[in-house]
Amino acid sequence: MRAGRLLPVALISAATLAYEVLLMRLFSIIQWHQIAYMIISIALLGFGASGTFVALARRPLVKRYSTAFAASAALFGITAVASFAGAERLPFNALEVVWNPGQLGWLAASYALLILPFFFGATCIGLAFSRHPGQIGRVYAFDLVGAGVGALGIIGLLFLVFPSVALRYIAALAFAAAALAATGMARRRRFAAGSLWLAAAVVAVWLPPSFTATAPHMSQYKGLSLALDVPSAQMVEERSSPLGLLTVVASPSVPFRHAPGLSLANTQEPPAQLAVFSDGDGITAMTAYSGDPATVAYLERTTAALPYRMLARPRVLVLGAGGGEQVLLALRAGANIVDAVEINPQMIDLARNRFAKFIGGIFSLPHVHLHLAEARAFAASAGERYDLIQMPLLDSFSAAAAGVQSMHENYTYTVEALRDYLAVLKPDGIVAVTRWLRAPPRDILKLFATAIAALDADGVSQPGRHLALIRSWNTATLLVAKSSFSSEDVAAIRAFAAENFFDVSWVPGISASDVNRYNQLDQEYLYEGALALIGPERADFTERYKFNIVPATDNKPYFFDFFRWQALPELLKLRTQGGAAMLDWGYLILAATLVQAAIISAVLILLPLWLRRRALGSAVPRLRFGLYFFALGLAFLFIEIAFIQRFVLFLGHPLYAVAVVLAGFLVFAGLGSTLAARWVVAVGSGSAVRGITLAVVVIAFLAGSYLLALPVIFERLLILPDAAKIAIALLLIAPLAVFMGMPFPLGLGHIGACSEEFLPWAWGINGCASVLSAILAALLATHIGFTGVVTIATILYLAAPALLAGSWYRHDQRTSQGSISNLNRSRDKRNGPSRN
Amino acid sequence: MRPLAQCQALMAAVLASAAAVVSTSAPAQDRLGERAAMIETIKSHARSAPSAVEGQGIDPAVLEAMGKVPRHLFVPEEQRGEAYQDRPLPIGYGQTISQPFIVALMTDLINVGPRDVVLEIGTGSGYQAAVLSPLAAKVYSIEIIPELGERAAARLAELRFDNVEVKVGDGYYGWAAHAPFDGIVVTAAASHIPPPLVEQLAKGGRMVVPVGGPFATQFLMLVEKRRDGSITTRQLLPVAFVPLRGGRAR
Repeated sequence: MRAGRLLPVALISAATLAYEVLLMRLFSIIQWHQIAYMIISIALLGFGASGTFVALARRPLVKRYSTAFAASAALFGITAVASFAGAERLPFNALEVVWNPGQLGWLAASYALLILPFFFGATCIGLAFSRHPGQIGRVYAFDLVGAGVGALGIIGLLFLVFPSVALRYIAALAFAAAALAATGMARRRRFAAGSLWLAAAVVAVWLPPSFTATAPHMSQYKGLSLALDVPSAQMVEERSSPLGLLTVVASPSVPFRHAPGLSLANTQEPPAQLAVFSDGDGITAMTAYSGDPATVAYLERTTAALPYRMLARPRVLVLGAGGGEQVLLALRAGANIVDAVEINPQMIDLARNRFAKFIGGIFSLPHVHLHLAEARAFAASAGERYDLIQMPLLDSFSAAAAGVQSMHENYTYTVEALRDYLAVLKPDGIVAVTRWLRAPPRDILKLFATAIAALDADGVSQPGRHLALIRSWNTATLLVAKSSFSSEDVAAIRAFAAENFFDVSWVPGISASDVNRYNQLDQEYLYEGALALIGPERADFTERYKFNIVPATDNKPYFFDFFRWQALPELLKLRTQGGAAMLDWGYLILAATLVQAAIISAVLILLPLWLRRRALGSAVPRLRFGLYFFALGLAFLFIEIAFIQRFVLFLGHPLYAVAVVLAGFLVFAGLGSTLAARWVVAVGSGSAVRGITLAVVVIAFLAGSYLLALPVIFERLLILPDAAKIAIALLLIAPLAVFMGMPFPLGLGHIGACSEEFLPWAWGINGCASVLSAILAALLATHIGFTGVVTIATILYLAAPALLAGSWYRHDQRTSQGSISNLNRSRDKRNGPSRN
Repeated sequence: MRPLAQCQALMAAVLASAAAVVSTSAPAQDRLGERAAMIETIKSHARSAPSAVEGQGIDPAVLEAMGKVPRHLFVPEEQRGEAYQDRPLPIGYGQTISQPFIVALMTDLINVGPRDVVLEIGTGSGYQAAVLSPLAAKVYSIEIIPELGERAAARLAELRFDNVEVKVGDGYYGWAAHAPFDGIVVTAAASHIPPPLVEQLAKGGRMVVPVGGPFATQFLMLVEKRRDGSITTRQLLPVAFVPLRGGRAR
């Protein structure tokens, strides 16, 4: 067989994976980030349903293989564009769900639409395996290389074109695959191939941009939409990369005047500003600057300005440069040297080049240095030299309020992160963190608890002497000092707060009579919380608090997850009276997604199989076999998702982590499957259980070693360049993934040997488990951390062989005389894509 | 002018004003029952929100005013069915008409008296201004989005809320020509309170700012300017919620 015959497989595989990653990007723009997990489960649902479909309709489809492949690929191309275009036009408003549960219907409708392209993409691959049973290894190689190239290629492509354009290229790629496949058709092959090539060209070049444009369909409640509703406001620049869509907006008639945490004592109006929105939200301002620090004097009346009262000519590190607000403040406050770190190269380009003149060239000043780096990575490479580390407020208040980031891994606010920052401070240095103030307080108390944990871990005996906390009506700033505050420091903090009508909620030597003066709360939970967290009541207070304020760690990096089940009934009861504002929707939406996915996957995957159960036979103990494949589905995705989340720290961004880990697991698990299949052919399927046992023991050993070694490895290698880190990530994933690729095909071989009819069940059950596992892993990680998730996966793997072992001797004998059937093998190999 | 013509003119004027009365009173009579139920919901919420409600619950005058405003005429046509449910509703441009309970709390918090002049930043649908109208001497309202502002102005005029004046513009500078204001309602979200608004608040005056997302009010912020000119703010939860389990019940 010529390699050209398999090229369509690689192309469709690449298109499907690229589409999955791209959808996450697209939905982050029009909705919010937590949709990403839903996309993973949507994709798996499509794959699972297709597995069932191919299992049931194999014969007629394989007979007309070229036509069926071309049609399915073309349908992928059509639905990839049409489903997204349809889904983005649905009037779904996530914010309204609390008032109108009917909104969930629209969510279900988007699910239904978006499953289609994944279904058709997976059907192509499934057909290819069924059609070429003797060439499984090669089909698999094309499939996996395609998938890997797709997952990584889309990242590269997104640096070059906007996501809406990338979508058209993916569709064109699918049509090209269809056209190539059509050349194998028995009749009308020229006509079919010709028109499919034409379709590819039309989609890539002539499709009206408005069809897939995201801008008109962005939620009208996102910051960018609101800003553009203002008269004469207009977009002046737009930059897109895999890290996000940056939109610069000018609003000449109604200036932005973005200055969170500004004191009521301030009388100065902020200068002209350009707003930069990231994925339509999270505003950062670029402020017009003439070089005269007096024009930005208002910044000295924000809570974030507090540390400058105690530091003379400090060397400052700003983590998250954004549009440069904190750099301006540092300049105004007479900083000696400013290092500003920014993770997004396009933000750097905007601030340092495109709008350099507008912001007065602050990033080109001799004592200001702008670095392209991730905060933790930069801190890891910096020496002990800073007087101040500023962590400014970069997310929008509404994003924080809606809890949209609650399931988002964040490695900037963990205990380990704070320790890293403290490590690069001079002995008298200070870390300053500013957050929005919510009522009742959540972020700030968690931050306070995190700081205490970091100081404890550094061996500080009286953490309370190293902490200060002030608040305005809408922001709070926490100072964490490397050495304890002196009495002059304390006096300076008190004076600064009084001048600006800010309240002091914690400072060494504080008493109850000092608090709640200017911005009065019903009850000063910040002070009371700080007092309890510093004292012996810490555990009791944390336990009794109705929000989760347990410090975030690298193992459980969910700083923004405040959800506790025990508070849910009360908050739901109070939802129409403000209770809804206290709920962390990210968690609940994920939990709802789990329930939804369980139902849909049962309907799409298990129901058709159950209806055809007679044809499947009942001679085998379905329950135990079923559990085996269920356990494998859960365990594989548990490890994969935990790795994605864990590698966010190492690779610096969720999207990099998804693409690299996905690609790594695909390729190496595929390799493992191939090795396992060859091994079975060599030794006979009778020894499958032996092979499985060997594989799971190795998996358990490797998973255990990684749990211990990864934090250390990351710590050491964080400073390496991105390309090196990607290579290292793939190297780390390789051995584990190779062995994780084995139990599935070995299990299929074993079962196929006793009941070929059970194979579609195995396929379907495994698909279902994968769907649930992707979401469950994310939920579990917030409770038990990655360590817990990986441990559960290891236990599942170790238990799995026992489910197969037992009285299959008769069957083993029957087939040990020959090799496993073609059907079995075709099933084995389809396993790969279902697992991404 | 001949007597007959005079008589005809008078007649026409009487008829016209009668027609005006009919056209304005009709909507006020519509859906009375739903409005009464809405007021009951507000009262029951208020009983359980001690933080944001001062004294003996929401001022009856506020509830009476809300009982007279035909809220269903302030929401988009497709939302009219839900107009009297105690929930915020979308009105376009990323804006909402606030939940009736929140409108009641905010109106109650600024303590409007019959001689008071009130400023509103963010007219939106015009509903809040309509509720303030019978309670205050004069209500000035500024809306940033021209379409919303013009629509609200026309609606308020049509429904004869004659003491409400709406202008389209930037709310940051307040409305200096009519300052000082005894009460200011800021419904448009901002990263900080504009200094001119603090400046234009009368001594003894109150400003209220709802804080939160478009469909979820987290808390209400009350800014008070004392007689001596000093400023304090208070954060008021619209709900009785004690974040500490086993904590003080209040």
